Amino acid sequence: MLRVEDLHVTRGRTKVLQGINLEVEAGEIATLIGANGAGKTTTLMALSGLLPVAGGRLELTTEGETIDIGRTRAVDLVRKGIVHCPEGRQIFGRLSIEENLQLGAYLSDDRARIARSISEIYERFPILGERRTMKAGNLSGGEQMMLAIGRALVAQPKLLLLDEPSLGLAPQITEEIFGALEDLNREQGVTMLIVEQNAMLALELANRAFVIETGRIVLNGTGKELLDDPAVFEAYLGVG
Amino acid sequence: MKNLALSPLQAFLFLVVLVSGLILAVIGSGNGYFQTFTALTLINVMLAVSLTMTNGFTGMFSLGHPAFMTMGAYVAILFTYPVGRKGFAMPALPEVIAQIHLPLPLAATVGALVAAFMGWLIGRLVVHLQTHYLAVATLGLIIVVQTFALNLDGFTRGGRGITGVPREASLWLIGICTVLIIVLCWRIKHASLGRAMLAVRENEMAARCFGIDAFRLKLLAFTLGAGIAGFCGALLPHVVSVMSPKSFGLILAFNLIAIIVVGGQGSIVGAILAALFISVGSESLRMVEESTGVYGVTQVIVAVALISFLLVRPKGLFGLKEPLIRSS
Repeated sequence: MLRVEDLHVTRGRTKVLQGINLEVEAGEIATLIGANGAGKTTTLMALSGLLPVAGGRLELTTEGETIDIGRTRAVDLVRKGIVHCPEGRQIFGRLSIEENLQLGAYLSDDRARIARSISEIYERFPILGERRTMKAGNLSGGEQMMLAIGRALVAQPKLLLLDEPSLGLAPQITEEIFGALEDLNREQGVTMLIVEQNAMLALELANRAFVIETGRIVLNGTGKELLDDPAVFEAYLGVG
Repeated sequence: MKNLALSPLQAFLFLVVLVSGLILAVIGSGNGYFQTFTALTLINVMLAVSLTMTNGFTGMFSLGHPAFMTMGAYVAILFTYPVGRKGFAMPALPEVIAQIHLPLPLAATVGALVAAFMGWLIGRLVVHLQTHYLAVATLGLIIVVQTFALNLDGFTRGGRGITGVPREASLWLIGICTVLIIVLCWRIKHASLGRAMLAVRENEMAARCFGIDAFRLKLLAFTLGAGIAGFCGALLPHVVSVMSPKSFGLILAFNLIAIIVVGGQGSIVGAILAALFISVGSESLRMVEESTGVYGVTQVIVAVALISFLLVRPKGLFGLKEPLIRSS
């Protein structure tokens, strides 16, 4: 579904990504783990067209059609089903929950479909349904994360890019969010690429995992393989 | 309060009744001063509502309305000024245009289109500027346009100004335009387009994640605002019968910003109420100035009132909300 070969991205004068190779199959949950500043967020932004690609091949294949991500506008990538759920939730704080969800479907004109998607979100996250007219900024961190995920789902993603879904959340809430992501993947087959600092949680969830270090992928394997890898354990799973 | 809230349709009917009642009463009074004052106040309402769209919805900080008003005004006057007098008032005017006479609604529309086109051109260069950078750029634009108006004296009579502009802007015309512009901005705010503009204001990065093109939306809001400002600018000299390069300048820009800040950036009802309030307030203060002979007090008092107001209510009267009207 997603194939990235030798991705290079430059921000300012810094070569942030220097040859990233990734492959994610349809229906999988993949995770990208690594330290601060390794290039995780930059990778996602390149995949969703928010940052220009300096080199490499990025291909998305959906329904037998392959597109070149590096040469497609961000708007068209959203249309093709790459939806980026950015770091820090980034909800529209002064708009209502319902308006936030409607904005997820900005590119769609099919009102009946949008209404259906939104009511599905309310079923999945009942707390959002109960407070649909409330300003999103008044929600708790965990509820805002549910809203951010819901907003991304309304865009009907084929490939959902999630940047640090656990950021700033209490451990118990984080588990709930990851549980919801797992359900989504199982029930609707949404393919996901999750960037996480909480490596343990991400590896437990993921079918496939990549470790990024200063702009390069240094390890990959199934989530379980990496969990059992002593080097990974040392670097990312050790206490503290 | 909740039970008193009107549906959007009721609010529209209320607005129509209110505006036409006001116009009937003012015309009935036969008092020229009241008529002029009502016309100017309604134009202020249009300006404020359009600026709350341009600035309030998208989070831009444009001061450029007076520049586009000046463009709209001069362009409209080219078509409404008595044909017989154009020859010596505007000697540089090409013969083709000098022969054309248009009724005010058409001429003002031409002025609005020219202003909107200029807004689009200039907007392409400036709308990506953040906050006060855009304010400075548009402030500069006011001065550039004024300088052009001053020096293109073959069209504008320069600093002498154009007098004897036909007083064709009837209260009914102004009233109808006011209602239409309020409805237009209301519809934009409550459609997917307006929601996307608000999303850009709230979080441009997140908006981009859902395919919302921030640049295009800001450019659209800027262009539309410029067009409405051009239209209002075209109406004004046809109320007061004179136009000069200094008619629409920095003080007007300040007053308009004061109105939308007091109303709450993005609130249409807030902009309308604040425009009424500030129009009436500064007109009363002007009368005080004239009777006491102390000039400039108005600006001082408006500025002090604005600062004190913002200390108490930093988000303006209503923030983004539309009080008294139920959301549909």
